[in-house]
Amino acid sequence: MSSTDVQVTQEVKQPRVAVSLIDWLRRNLFSNWLNSIITLLLLWVIVSALVRLFDWALTEATWTPVVKNLRLFMVGRYPGEAIWRVQVALALVLALFGISGGIWGGITRKVTSGLVAATILLAILPLSMGTRLYFVGMAVLMALGFIAGLRFPRLLRWPAIALWIISPIVIVILIGGISGLLPSVDTSLWGGLMLTLMLAVVGIVASFPIGVLLALGRRSKLPVVKGFCVAYIETIRGVPLVTVLFMASIMLPLFLPAQIRIADVVRAMVALTLFSAAYLAENVRGGLQAVPNGQIEAARSLGLNVFQTTTLILLPQALRMVIPAIVGQFISLFKDTSLAVVVGLTELLGIAEVVIRQPDWLTVPGGVQREVLLFVALIYWVFSFSMARVSYQIERRLGVGTR
Amino acid sequence: MASTGLSPEYHRRIPFYRNVKTLAILAQVVFILLVGLLFWYLYSNMVEGMRRSNIPSGFDFLDDTAGFPISEGIAYEPTDTYARAFVVGLVNTLRVSALGIVLATLLGIVIGIARLSSNWLLRTVASAYVQLIRNIPLIVLLIFIFVGVILKLPRVRDAVGIEGVLLLSNRGLAMAWPRSSDSYNLWVPWLVGSLVVGVVVYEARRRYLKRVDRPGASLPWALLAMFGVIVLGAVITTLISGRFPLVLDRPRPAGFNLVGGTALTGEFFALLMGLTLYTAAFIAEIVRGGILAVSKGQREAARALGLTPAQTMRLVIFPQALRVIIPPMTNQYLNLTKNSSLGIAIGYFDLFNVSKTIFNQSGRTVPVIVLVMASYLSISLLTSLIMNIYNRRMRVVER
Repeated sequence: MSSTDVQVTQEVKQPRVAVSLIDWLRRNLFSNWLNSIITLLLLWVIVSALVRLFDWALTEATWTPVVKNLRLFMVGRYPGEAIWRVQVALALVLALFGISGGIWGGITRKVTSGLVAATILLAILPLSMGTRLYFVGMAVLMALGFIAGLRFPRLLRWPAIALWIISPIVIVILIGGISGLLPSVDTSLWGGLMLTLMLAVVGIVASFPIGVLLALGRRSKLPVVKGFCVAYIETIRGVPLVTVLFMASIMLPLFLPAQIRIADVVRAMVALTLFSAAYLAENVRGGLQAVPNGQIEAARSLGLNVFQTTTLILLPQALRMVIPAIVGQFISLFKDTSLAVVVGLTELLGIAEVVIRQPDWLTVPGGVQREVLLFVALIYWVFSFSMARVSYQIERRLGVGTR
Repeated sequence: MASTGLSPEYHRRIPFYRNVKTLAILAQVVFILLVGLLFWYLYSNMVEGMRRSNIPSGFDFLDDTAGFPISEGIAYEPTDTYARAFVVGLVNTLRVSALGIVLATLLGIVIGIARLSSNWLLRTVASAYVQLIRNIPLIVLLIFIFVGVILKLPRVRDAVGIEGVLLLSNRGLAMAWPRSSDSYNLWVPWLVGSLVVGVVVYEARRRYLKRVDRPGASLPWALLAMFGVIVLGAVITTLISGRFPLVLDRPRPAGFNLVGGTALTGEFFALLMGLTLYTAAFIAEIVRGGILAVSKGQREAARALGLTPAQTMRLVIFPQALRVIIPPMTNQYLNLTKNSSLGIAIGYFDLFNVSKTIFNQSGRTVPVIVLVMASYLSISLLTSLIMNIYNRRMRVVER
């Protein structure tokens, strides 16, 4: 039986290697009359659409608002004299990626090489000389980190993990300033892609512990705890994010004592965290359910108490399984940060609206909305698409969904 | 097993702080106390804050005059109450969501099947579409469609389309629409009658099928019967009164606007397009996954029995794929409904946008937010309920 199976697959696979172009076309595009019509129709639509698009992009469109405002798109109105702090923060993250790629290999290494390629691409683009040099420096920095990680994996493993864990705090301090050391930069000046990424990272990092607790609470045998968690998760999942953002921006100041003032950015972060926690809880619950009951029973019979069983046996296995789902959650949170524009933040989309309203472009016939929005969409797309690829790689590596 | 060597006294002597039952109750009491304390803290702060900044509470403001215009949806004047404005917003949300769900489902199924096509070009285009749409935020897509496409359409005077039937301009889409004529009232009994006939035919057919124990559909029969009654009614009404019960109202330019027929505003059109295109990409992936989940043998068996590829898909693959598809599809429907609140970015007067205007005017923070959240929550719960019932029905059919 199996020998004939092998023969069949070999027979099918053999001619595929030596397939000629005509054969390929016939098989994949013109296999019957219906497919031929579909192919021709689609070809016509694609070609005419692409011709029209390139014609517009190269002759009609005004790209100056994008080119002139690149810094606004990246960091918003962050003061020029403090811009080095953003650069250092980025350098820190990239160096960490370089070292991690050297230490761990696999997907981490792929991500690192992707980032190196991205920095080299940015260095080639016709940006200002200083920016290009900075990106060249970043590529070199990542390469050095990579070599260091490769040479001393054992030595650097735990420092790298520790640095990853404290990096969000370090970055917030770097960018926001700290009394006595760095002059503070008001959060209303944060903006652009930097703010978008910060909102997404803070949202996912801060919501993680809450999400795990909610997921555990939902599986709890104590009816009160379970009821509370279910009510929270289902309420948040039943309302749109804009209403949560809106509520946070208006109600949060009311909920706190009068002497505490909180910035708009922080309100949005709280809203994104509370929102994301409910969705994360559902993802984690999926992982918890997938851990076989025998694991828990075995741990209990070995004398581990409930707390030990949860933290040492249940969660490590459950969280490992939901890594792809968490990355997916991160991607959608990254896209969802664009809703912060509704409560008046100047993240990437907010900056797009600022640029569109600049008086310089009033004379451009038809306005510059399309150009600016396309540019912003491209940035979102590049980030989400790359993260989705990474998620897909992790999924394949973990063998989720394949038995 | 039974003799553990411990006396009954030992079991009785378990201290209360080691007793699992006591501990569970204790833990819950502590939990209630902590949550209660947190809520009490937030609540007292809120009451204090509202008193300090003179924010009135209560729902009595709903009877006040709204005073702002809404250029969308059911009959409404600025002189109407806030409550009425709120209802208008709610209806607008439901309208765009319901239409969006239908269109996104259709488009999503087409794209999902196209992703599995044997035609390489079609497959590639479909997957490029999914990859493109899924990775940009909906709000960017919406603003782009509204500002970059709808507002760039010709003005009303130069509207494109078919004269008198379908006109597209930067004000939106105007369509010819049937309206009732003088003899409409004579036709109404027939409409009611058709419903009764439909139900009777459906029941009769169902019982007949059950009696002879054969598979078959009842709904097409009922619909056909209803259609027959309606047409018969229209013909008889026309013969009696000399006028057809419906007239076609055609859109025509008048000044800077189009009058007559029915119009979808540019905002509605853009929001509907955005929600449809965006959700369709997600639905396509669900449909594709569902079809791939049907075992290959099913397709081979259907083909071997002589069914055409189209029949195989319609009668064998798709009904089985539905079982996998419905639960994630429910999530997408809920997402679409919730995402319709992004209409605020392009000025569509949906529930959230109207509520925000009410809030800005009346300053009633808490009641407005409570109302909005409760409305969305009810819509979500109702949608899941309906989809769960449908899901259960599909399961029963499958067995």
